[in-house]
Amino acid sequence: MNPHPTSINWKLTPALGSSLMALGLFAAVTPALAQTDEAVKIGVLLGFTGPIESLTPPMADSAELAFKEVSDSGKFLGGKTIEPMRADSTCIDAGAATAAAERLVTSDKVTAILGADCSGVTIAVANNVAVPKGIALVSPSATSPALSTIDDDGLFFRTSPSDARQGRVLAQVIKDRGYDTIAITYTKNDYGKGLSESLQAGFEELGGTVTINTAHEDGKADYTAEVAELAEAGSDLLVVLGYADQGGIGIIRAALDTAAFETFGLADAMYTQTLLDDIKADGNDLTGSFGTVPGNEGEGADAFKEISIAAGGDGEGAFTGESYDAAALMALAMQKGGEATSKAIAANMIAVANAPGEKILPGELGKALEILAAGGEVDYVGATNVELVGPGEASGSYREYEAQDDEFKTVRFR
Amino acid sequence: MTKPSRQQHPSPVDAEAPPNRLPGPWRPLWGVAVGLALCLLLLLTIVSREGGGVNLLNALVRFANFVVIPGVAYGSQLALGALGVTLIYAVMRFSDFAHGNTMAFGAMGVVLVTRVLQGMDISAGPLPTALLALPFGILGAVTLALVFDRAVYRFYRRQRAAPVTFVIASIGAMFVTNGLVRLIIGPDNQRFADGVRFIIRVQAFKEMTGLSEGLALRTTQVVTLVVAVVVVLGLFLFLNRTPLGKAMRAYADNEDLALLSGINPERVALWTWIIAATLATIAGTLYGLDKSFKPFTYFQLLLPIFASAIVGGIGKPLGAIVGGVVVAFSEIALTYPYRKILGYLGFETDSLVQLLSTDYKFAVSFIILVVVLIWRPRGIFQGRVI
Repeated sequence: MNPHPTSINWKLTPALGSSLMALGLFAAVTPALAQTDEAVKIGVLLGFTGPIESLTPPMADSAELAFKEVSDSGKFLGGKTIEPMRADSTCIDAGAATAAAERLVTSDKVTAILGADCSGVTIAVANNVAVPKGIALVSPSATSPALSTIDDDGLFFRTSPSDARQGRVLAQVIKDRGYDTIAITYTKNDYGKGLSESLQAGFEELGGTVTINTAHEDGKADYTAEVAELAEAGSDLLVVLGYADQGGIGIIRAALDTAAFETFGLADAMYTQTLLDDIKADGNDLTGSFGTVPGNEGEGADAFKEISIAAGGDGEGAFTGESYDAAALMALAMQKGGEATSKAIAANMIAVANAPGEKILPGELGKALEILAAGGEVDYVGATNVELVGPGEASGSYREYEAQDDEFKTVRFR
Repeated sequence: MTKPSRQQHPSPVDAEAPPNRLPGPWRPLWGVAVGLALCLLLLLTIVSREGGGVNLLNALVRFANFVVIPGVAYGSQLALGALGVTLIYAVMRFSDFAHGNTMAFGAMGVVLVTRVLQGMDISAGPLPTALLALPFGILGAVTLALVFDRAVYRFYRRQRAAPVTFVIASIGAMFVTNGLVRLIIGPDNQRFADGVRFIIRVQAFKEMTGLSEGLALRTTQVVTLVVAVVVVLGLFLFLNRTPLGKAMRAYADNEDLALLSGINPERVALWTWIIAATLATIAGTLYGLDKSFKPFTYFQLLLPIFASAIVGGIGKPLGAIVGGVVVAFSEIALTYPYRKILGYLGFETDSLVQLLSTDYKFAVSFIILVVVLIWRPRGIFQGRVI
């Protein structure tokens, strides 16, 4: 029923206050006292409350699955265990996330932190806690391009790719399909703006022309005027970087109704079956429209699904693979460094994630620990084919999809 | 085209002076004649170019597809909403801020009953099922309006409270209604249009006419126009022919005189609310059918609806209709980029030829509102001054 005894206490704390938190912590930690001197504490800082509270429990479970695998193998730094400590990043409140990270470091004395999740709070935690205190921070899901350039003393890593990557990949997909002029409309927020800018830059580098690049407001009842504007600019393809249940579908609906555009380029937030079903219900169809979504295939993804299902998950949720990989990489880096410190993580993350070395899939962490203990090299593949590039972020792999027969079919991976 | 005569009477006070310069009314006709002649000339030059005739048709079809058809549908929806506002203003003498949310409440009833009817496999054939559900939605909105009248407005009416008190009370009613709608149906988008979606599809139109521009005509747009015309005709018949309608107009014209001649104010108030809530539900349903139902957009509709009522002259039913059309067309025509249309007419250009970005749609009705309130506070049809 409850594989993570500490999680209940941590979920209760925001509501019940700090006195109960102390009590809860005490109750949770006491049974483990026998091995505390052996346990390496790692903070799991995710938004357990707030806008992504439905995504974070499976993410935390996946990360803890990797830590458990490492602990159970008995080969981690000569038999130590890893003890995850959950804390709430709230996803949006930088102050609360900073305080939670601070508490993890000062009172819980964690070695490193896995997190945070949303880009804004991750930047705040990196600047205010991780860098000043010399704590390694590994985010499974922060995708803002801004994180590529922060001044992190080499302490920040992420197992998710920057949004700037998706724009470039999408630009390549569009160009490969033979379009030379495109119109772009994006949802008016940081996600849409960043993605549209990287798409435009990428497309122009490939020799294409962007006739118009304009934002749309979500939640409007009617998008005919926006579509008229996009249609007037004149282009072969309309790229919709919006949300499938918001302005994104509104734009597509109005464009199909007025026959301003027939095929669309789409990004990750439009990749849902409901989009196709809703458009079909209107009597229109999206056949031939295409796009990109972060995703991967292969034995790594299959292996993760298998162990995740065995542990009671479903192996599918957003960023669960990235969470598992972040946790596994932290453990492997410490093993390679031979000590449970943030310094060891920062120094060895890239070495264990990339070639050369023995390929490691999810569920084979024991084997990896053994190789590293013997002084060998590993190339961690993990659930998401993770490859750390640049300042320590995943290069990311993307699924190119196309609408065919009322379904999004995968064309290939990039 | 009353502009020149308006310049002679810049303020409503002057309007009482007899128009002594008789040629005045004829001057606009000169303007019209000159304008028509210029248009004709322009038309001839365009058509005389190679392929000019087809291009002119293409330009017209594109204009119709993106401006005229959406404008007529939106204008009818605004007009119905503004009629309700204007009726309440005429009889109750206050601006009902809750009207947008009354529209949402009525439309919500229609959405819920539509879902039930769809579940029972009852449909209106090619027409949207929502038309069958309309009476139930009206019933809900009328009940809500009467509850507010009995619980809130009647109290202030008996106190003979100042109009501003009513306005503030209606803002309270607005928030309560808004909360109710969100509680019952939630803040999300609801689509409840069914039946045949298109009367003319773009592809079919292109094949039919051989033009390169297409025209789409949705069922909901035609339903909107037809229902709006029927409702407006019915309302005018009611106001002008029935004793109750006459009593309402009398009460609106001069309250004291109406009371002296034995008109029951409570009865007038009751029927005003019933009619206003009915209009609100119909307007809300048509808007939801044509676009989509989302509580927040109805709240935003309040601004263009008030602009429509005031432009036409608040308190004047005919003004509400004209105002609705004026506001709708201004919003759409001022934010539409004319590049391709001008291209068809022989003026190639790289710029979009767009006066305002579509983000400024709401600003258009706001500007109209401010301009009218400053320079012509009585509106087109000489309504009251707010």
